[in-house]
Amino acid sequence: MVESAAVTAFSVAKNVGPPTVDEPTIEKETRSKEDVDLPWQVVVHNDPVNLMSYVTMVFQRVFGYPREKAERHMLEVHHKGRSILWSGMRERAELYVQQLHGYLLLASLEKAL
Amino acid sequence: MEICRRKDEIEVSELDPFLAELLRQIPTSSNPEGVPAAEQRLFSPPADPNEAEICAEWKLYVKPELRRLFQTATETVAADLEQLSGNEKTFTNRTLRIPSKHAEAWLSALNQARLVIVAKYNFTDGELCDHYRSPIGSRRDLSLFQVNFYGFLQEFILRELDGWQTPPDN
Repeated sequence: MVESAAVTAFSVAKNVGPPTVDEPTIEKETRSKEDVDLPWQVVVHNDPVNLMSYVTMVFQRVFGYPREKAERHMLEVHHKGRSILWSGMRERAELYVQQLHGYLLLASLEKAL
Repeated sequence: MEICRRKDEIEVSELDPFLAELLRQIPTSSNPEGVPAAEQRLFSPPADPNEAEICAEWKLYVKPELRRLFQTATETVAADLEQLSGNEKTFTNRTLRIPSKHAEAWLSALNQARLVIVAKYNFTDGELCDHYRSPIGSRRDLSLFQVNFYGFLQEFILRELDGWQTPPDN
């Protein structure tokens, strides 16, 4: 996910003389092309056969998510029928979908709206 | 049947002939050949059919790779299952030892088999949640029992994979 531009706090000058306040400095994060261009989503769909514990393990392995986050996504798949696991560049999304299919999960690649 | 972890392997002991036969069926059951619904499930499309380029590339490059991956897992399991075959003591209980390094292959093969069986018999969600249905009745009931039995084994392997870093009880 892309974070909103960071705004730094006011910085106070420590020079001699009456204290002055500098103009606020607004720093914008530099985003790579990959960060900005987020047209693809990795979606996992519900499947009545795959075990919940298995799906959680796969999410941990493929995306490196901690167990809590993996379980959240697993439950979202279970209750809502689908969950968006990742968004980003197409190549990487394709790789994730391939890995998920390797674990026999129902996963697909979708253009982000 | 008893199942436990011993050092770097999972031991399934006291396997009666019926359960041993169900295990021997894993490689056969995981084969989607001749069952279009199973083939479709194991090799589901990666995107909406309108994404023609992605689907075409997938079919050309990824699908054969997945087929090889699944095949390798099944072959590993079939080799382990050799422990249960070719013995004159057909009616005695048996023991199966699954090396920890084969755990991933077992998870995959069991999953393949479960998916193929469910696709073949088109089990409903209600049937899949009915864990107390007797396997004695019809081929369909037996297949449902097979799905649940394989699921139980998967659960155990998953639990052991999770705690493989911790020492076993003995």
